[in-house]
Amino acid sequence: MAKTIMTVDDSASVRQMVSLTLKDAGYEVVEGVDGKDALNKLNSYTVDMVLTDLNMPNMDGITLIEELRKLAQYKFTPIVMLTTESQGNRKMEGKQAGATGWIVKPFKPHQLLGVIKKVLG
Amino acid sequence: MAINIDTSAFTEEAYELLGELEESLLALEESPTDDEIIGRVFRAMHTIKGSGAMFGFDEVSKFTHEVETVFDLARNKTIPVTKVLIDLTLAARDHIRSMLDSADSGEVVDQIKALEIIEGLRKLASNQDDSEYDEVANQEDETAQQLSEEASEPQLFRIRFKPHLEIFSNGTNPLLLLGELKELGEARIIANYDDLPELENLDPEQCHTSWEIFLTTSEGENAIRDVFIFVDDDCHISIRNLEDQNDIDSEPQKLGDILVKSGDISTNVLEKAIKPLGHRLVDSGDVTPSIINAALEEQNAVREKREQKKKSEPTSSIRVTAEKLDNLVDLVGELVTVQARLNQISSSRENSDLQLITEEIERLTGELRDNTMSIRMLAIGSTFNKFKRLVRDLSKDLGKQVEMSTEGAETELDKNVIDQLNDSLVHIIRNSIDHGIESPEERLAKGKPAEGTIHLAAIHSGASVLIRVDDDGAGLDPDLLRQKAIAKGFIASDSELSDKEAYQLILGAGFSMAKSVTNVSGRGVGMDVVRRSIENLRGSIDISSTLGKGTSFTLKLPLTLAIIEGLLIKVGEEVYVIPLANVEECVELSAASINSSHSNDVINVRDEIVPYIRLRDRFDVEGERPAIEQIIISNVNENRVGFVVDDVIGQHQTVIKSLGKNFDHSSEFSGATILGDGSVALILDLREMVRYVEYAEIRGTL
Amino acid sequence: MEKKMEDRAMATSAQYLTFLLGEELFAVDIFKIREVLEFTSVTKVPRTPPFMRGVINLRGSVVPVVDMRAKFEMSKTETTVNTCIIILEIAIDDGITIMGALADSVQEVLELNLEHIEPPPKIGTNIHSDFLIGIGKNDGKFIMILDVDKIFSADELSNIQDTTA
Repeated sequence: MAKTIMTVDDSASVRQMVSLTLKDAGYEVVEGVDGKDALNKLNSYTVDMVLTDLNMPNMDGITLIEELRKLAQYKFTPIVMLTTESQGNRKMEGKQAGATGWIVKPFKPHQLLGVIKKVLG
Repeated sequence: MAINIDTSAFTEEAYELLGELEESLLALEESPTDDEIIGRVFRAMHTIKGSGAMFGFDEVSKFTHEVETVFDLARNKTIPVTKVLIDLTLAARDHIRSMLDSADSGEVVDQIKALEIIEGLRKLASNQDDSEYDEVANQEDETAQQLSEEASEPQLFRIRFKPHLEIFSNGTNPLLLLGELKELGEARIIANYDDLPELENLDPEQCHTSWEIFLTTSEGENAIRDVFIFVDDDCHISIRNLEDQNDIDSEPQKLGDILVKSGDISTNVLEKAIKPLGHRLVDSGDVTPSIINAALEEQNAVREKREQKKKSEPTSSIRVTAEKLDNLVDLVGELVTVQARLNQISSSRENSDLQLITEEIERLTGELRDNTMSIRMLAIGSTFNKFKRLVRDLSKDLGKQVEMSTEGAETELDKNVIDQLNDSLVHIIRNSIDHGIESPEERLAKGKPAEGTIHLAAIHSGASVLIRVDDDGAGLDPDLLRQKAIAKGFIASDSELSDKEAYQLILGAGFSMAKSVTNVSGRGVGMDVVRRSIENLRGSIDISSTLGKGTSFTLKLPLTLAIIEGLLIKVGEEVYVIPLANVEECVELSAASINSSHSNDVINVRDEIVPYIRLRDRFDVEGERPAIEQIIISNVNENRVGFVVDDVIGQHQTVIKSLGKNFDHSSEFSGATILGDGSVALILDLREMVRYVEYAEIRGTL
Repeated sequence: MEKKMEDRAMATSAQYLTFLLGEELFAVDIFKIREVLEFTSVTKVPRTPPFMRGVINLRGSVVPVVDMRAKFEMSKTETTVNTCIIILEIAIDDGITIMGALADSVQEVLELNLEHIEPPPKIGTNIHSDFLIGIGKNDGKFIMILDVDKIFSADELSNIQDTTA
């Protein structure tokens, strides 16, 4: 069965790009427009992986990761951050919150798929 | 690497890639948004660039990099795939090709052209944000660097990976990382459970396992580090290149090895002797079993690597000249003939030893023949692909719109046939575009789509391959051809030619279809050359056409030029060969099975009515028919046709010999072969035979 | 080869192989002859004119054999111990083709003075004058010198075609 990935980003174009890439690669995709929306949705769906932007209105990515790690069903789920800046501190912050890995925007589809393969198998 | 690297491996691959590149570019022109095709274009260039640098083709690599950079923008959808881009990339592809050629010939490449192409490409790229362009270029530089690192020979690494306890809570699955390592090369992985706590203390959400991995990879250390990129800050990871310290090539022999070699002990004994040593160390508490296992694995991995190195030294493919191959085929042909003689002598002598050896030689000869022939078989697809370019360029030159489609690219033909076929197909396709397909305006006026089509198809048909070139152009006008032939004095003014015969006129020397001479064709040379070269291949050309609708050329070619599997049959005193590929079954022909209700020559084979031809009648053989005749049911043009013969003798590996020019027109026979007793047997061309009979019947009814 | 031709053009005499067809003596320029074989079994090619005797195996090559008697509209050759096949090199188009000619018996190699070779008469022989280079004379006997390139030309041999059409 196809694995389901949630992509969380406030930018519709990024969501679309990610979504198309993932669907092309055979994944199911659900979208979240910000941390809050994602968290709500993730309470009703179960996904195999979460891709989240960091800077978002309502709830940012770091908080989303922290919240998700508190939920039993997302304790060990791979979560990858989409970072616009490649500074190490954001990455470390994310990792401490429980992120599995990161990918720096802008990225190419194959890079994204590479990261997903890495954490999701 | 040694100074005199054999670069032919690279050039060969590069030519192949250029072929693919061209094909992909042409496909891309049709569907410019197809990411898959863009990816193919990109990969081809990427590989040429990478391996070019590795083999010292720095100019090629540099130039390709420029092209690739711009194409990458297209891949990222930063710039659209336009005709200009494709034209430039095609030109670049040609330039890369000439750079490769020049490496062979020493000719100087046109540097100005290269600059023009790069200029053009850069102009395309500069239409958008410069900074992004630079960024992409930089990224590609990185890739290029990585690539040259990748290019190194496989090396053996020892990797220790000790995850931190809480790795799971970051959503990381360490097994996936191990899986990723496995993808880099050959990996031996040993898990170390030494830190595993007692069960009552075990927290299942923590990771207590660590791993030792022996990885043989050509990807380099950075690729390994990349695997651990998300975890390297909180896990213990060490990567050691064992080949840096351990000279694999000249490891001194170990005492144990020497003993085994001298035969003093067996390997089993040696292994037993080593294991206790490990056990003793474990018992003494100095090391854990995992460490011993890891050490043993290290030994094994090193050993294996060394053996692989030895094995991989001779290359896996070699190039030989076609001439050598031809000689081999000739020799095999002679061997097959001699073997047939041996068979005959052996069967006439009651010597079981001789028979045994003869059978063995027969089997070996057969295998040798098949292998030899298969070496020369190539798929026709690569030839077809060349024509895509031809069609594209030619139609552009002539202001026509032509789309080419192909079918049966996987059909295999003897290399010699393909080589000799190439020019003929070029001529035919040129003719089709030049004279066949009309200008877009003309086509629209006729109610046809502006874009004409040329369809190239290769189809297996028994021991032959049919190659068809169809166009949907103006078609041939048989009346015009007749008039022209009369005007030129090729035929008498009162000669009556069927349409089909009239079409064949265009294959005559000095007969041009063109009304005006263009630089493409129409000089009255070409089609007669085509006919001659196809006939030299023991092939034939069939032309059919519908005025206003299009023309179809069908080339019938033998599968191989040399040897076929045949069935020996007897008619009267003579022995003939029927290609086994045409034979479906042999049935005894008794009077009862002949459908008596019919006056025609038909036979009832398992409730199917099959027409038949009695070869005795066909060949005007005198004398009485044998009481029991055999009928060979064959498949000719998808129809079952029977051939009545006196007797079926058996199978025969048939080395085809030409009947020579004097029998050119006896096309009922495709050639002859020499039998075991040294006599000659003719090979029947069943298809032609059926055609003649049908023709005769039509005439008879008129 | 070129050189040879030149020499021959200036030569005053040439060598010919003579052979019998029935009672009549014929000759062929020795330069046209590759070898002479004893009669071996000939494989008939159906639906060819009677003068196409068939094909033989010449050391692995398939070579057509023309029955010269039949070609000259004499009776068909009955094979005897003396019957032989003269292997000829025929110039067809731009190449050399190997052909066999069936003769009742081979006689000798003769040197004939070119001056003594008369042009073929238009009438009075059984053989079409196109097939003759000329008529020589030896020991009071007439020898018909054949133009094998003409006799064996593709056109000449391919009036077979109507039998298949």
